[in-house]
Amino acid sequence: MAEEQYPARWGMVIDMNVCTGCQACVTACNMENNIPWVGEDDAGYGRTMHWMRIHRTWSGEELEAKPTFQPVMCQQCGRAPCEPVCPVFATVHSLDERINVQVYNRCIGTRYCANNCPYFARNFNWFDYSYQIPAPMNYYLNPNVTVRRRGVMEKCSFCVQRIHEVEDRAKAEGRAIHDGEVQSACAQACPVDAIVYGDLSDPESRVSAAARSQRRFVLLEELGTHPAVTYLKGEGNYGG
Amino acid sequence: MAAEAHPIPSAHAESAEHEELREQLMFDPRPREEMNRMVMEAMTETTPRYWTVVGILAVIVAVCLFGVWGWMIFEGTGTAGIRRPVYWGMFIVTFVFWIGISHAGTFVSAILRVFKAEFRRPFTRAAELMTTFGLAAGALYPLIHLGRVWVFYWMIPYPNARWLWPNFRSPLEWDLMAITTYLLSSTIYLYLPLIPDLAMGRDRTSGWRHIFFKTLALGWRGTEAEWFRLKTAINIFAFAIIPVMFSVHTIVSWDFAVSQTGAWNSTIFGPYFIVGAILSGVSAVITILIVLRGTLKHMTYFIRLEHIDALGKLILIFSMAWGYFFFNDYLVSWYGGYEVTRSILSLHASGPEAWIWYCMLCFNVVIPWLTLWNRKWRRTPWLMFIVTVLINVGMYFERYTIVPMTLAHQRLPFDWGTYAPRVADTFIPIGSFFFFILLYMLASRLIPLIPVWEVREGQEAHIIRKIGKTHIPSVSDLD
Repeated sequence: MAEEQYPARWGMVIDMNVCTGCQACVTACNMENNIPWVGEDDAGYGRTMHWMRIHRTWSGEELEAKPTFQPVMCQQCGRAPCEPVCPVFATVHSLDERINVQVYNRCIGTRYCANNCPYFARNFNWFDYSYQIPAPMNYYLNPNVTVRRRGVMEKCSFCVQRIHEVEDRAKAEGRAIHDGEVQSACAQACPVDAIVYGDLSDPESRVSAAARSQRRFVLLEELGTHPAVTYLKGEGNYGG
Repeated sequence: MAAEAHPIPSAHAESAEHEELREQLMFDPRPREEMNRMVMEAMTETTPRYWTVVGILAVIVAVCLFGVWGWMIFEGTGTAGIRRPVYWGMFIVTFVFWIGISHAGTFVSAILRVFKAEFRRPFTRAAELMTTFGLAAGALYPLIHLGRVWVFYWMIPYPNARWLWPNFRSPLEWDLMAITTYLLSSTIYLYLPLIPDLAMGRDRTSGWRHIFFKTLALGWRGTEAEWFRLKTAINIFAFAIIPVMFSVHTIVSWDFAVSQTGAWNSTIFGPYFIVGAILSGVSAVITILIVLRGTLKHMTYFIRLEHIDALGKLILIFSMAWGYFFFNDYLVSWYGGYEVTRSILSLHASGPEAWIWYCMLCFNVVIPWLTLWNRKWRRTPWLMFIVTVLINVGMYFERYTIVPMTLAHQRLPFDWGTYAPRVADTFIPIGSFFFFILLYMLASRLIPLIPVWEVREGQEAHIIRKIGKTHIPSVSDLD
């Protein structure tokens, strides 16, 4: 992307035709973004902090039911329902990356944004999970990503730290960002390449080509949230 | 001619009528000094039982409300039972409940004052106190439910070093403004009619009470000019506070209605919440009046069965109005044909917590409609006590249905869940309930609970109007 151009619209295409529901993306996301383990009790209580989850739905009769796997993370809505309801501007739209960002330091924990998110993509820090990591384990933390305290909301950031890293490198080398140079952790980890990440504003990019597919749909389109994540409908192959 | 022909029966009828009228406070006047003495005695004579109850309540409040809250602040919001997808639970339910309760004071005192419903006179203060203390209990919840309460002041708009202004598009910000306005104006509205009574107390006490009353009475002497100004101020406030009251609960309802969450996004929520708030508030007024009658000295003179009867009629009307709005919520979804709302509303009645929904309908509609039509039952205090407590339980269940039970079943079925309160969100609402009672009990010994001057004004200045078969006292000519 040349510097004088309009900022990139980072987006994602997820092909449900090839997704096998292996959860590699979820694991990669956890490692990349310092997502805490909440412990057995809280996980059992439904308080896992994963920024993305594989929605698994079943179709068909009982014995021949087929699963559908749909990785769902923050859809980085163009008209995000979470943004206007926050009283302290903790969830705002960034002009540079054109994604929806969560400012942890501003968050006071009203959790209104999570209620208003139709995708339930947001997670709340119920306890100081990140501060309870036993000693040698703290070395797994990614230094590029903030560790969150109790009482703040968090969600998928579209690996904004990776965008910035590549942007800085490209700027230093005086060139545009190549298509595919920025990879979100989930897209990088997907063994079947079901997740394509890139710049939607570039018509040549792989992600825009995939987003023009006949099989495209966006989640809960009727709400008019203009998500940056496009799904490609599965056709029953590989259980997708 | 006919009257002359039957002198004896007509005289009998008159005296019987007169006896009947004396059941009403307005037609049963007592000397000024005696009424003052009765109110002062109700305030100053306390039994050891009172102090025992106050002590127990204080301990419960300290442990359940402030102790558990402190523990929750220290540990994290996870000590409450909320989890994805139910991010709002008992805290918001109790918040809406208290804000609802606080509507009655203004309703009884301002709207009935503006409409010159004379039966309101002896219990306006009891209702206004309920408003102030209900708000005090309710206003804690926007703080309690925060994840990081120690930075709550970031919601307050003031020039600050962070260079950040709060988001005025957020309904929570509107909430903050509306509740602050309502708390301030209802406290002033409580205080204004209190001034002459405080002066009455000042002239009849000594010691610390005298200093207390002297300070608060602002040198009231009762001159003609003072009365004129006071009445003007009360009149202005009575009219001005009515839109504030309507706006507060409408704005609370907008917390839900302006979101795009399924079954919250409803245009009916504003009036629906107001009617529900008045229903629960007026019921709570009756509950409190019955308790006051039973526990405070001389209260059976001031608070009579006619008052409970009149408020009972109000409840019946508001129960019907609430039933209509409740039905309307379903009507809109039937005609709207929006699948999400339809499925959420049907899950209220068939989901895992459906018993709450059925209890709500039973307490809010069935029980009031079956009992309150009967004049004799409306004048039976213990029965009214049970009915009004049940209505408030039903209204609590209504908020429970609207908040956690609606959040639990949103658009993506993968994210469906359930909610049950845990330690923090069980004990804190209980604690705030006792906090309200404690504040009320303390206030009952600090300020006169009966506006003596208003009662006297009614007794002295009314004229009787006969409307149909009933005699209505009216003071309208005075103003």
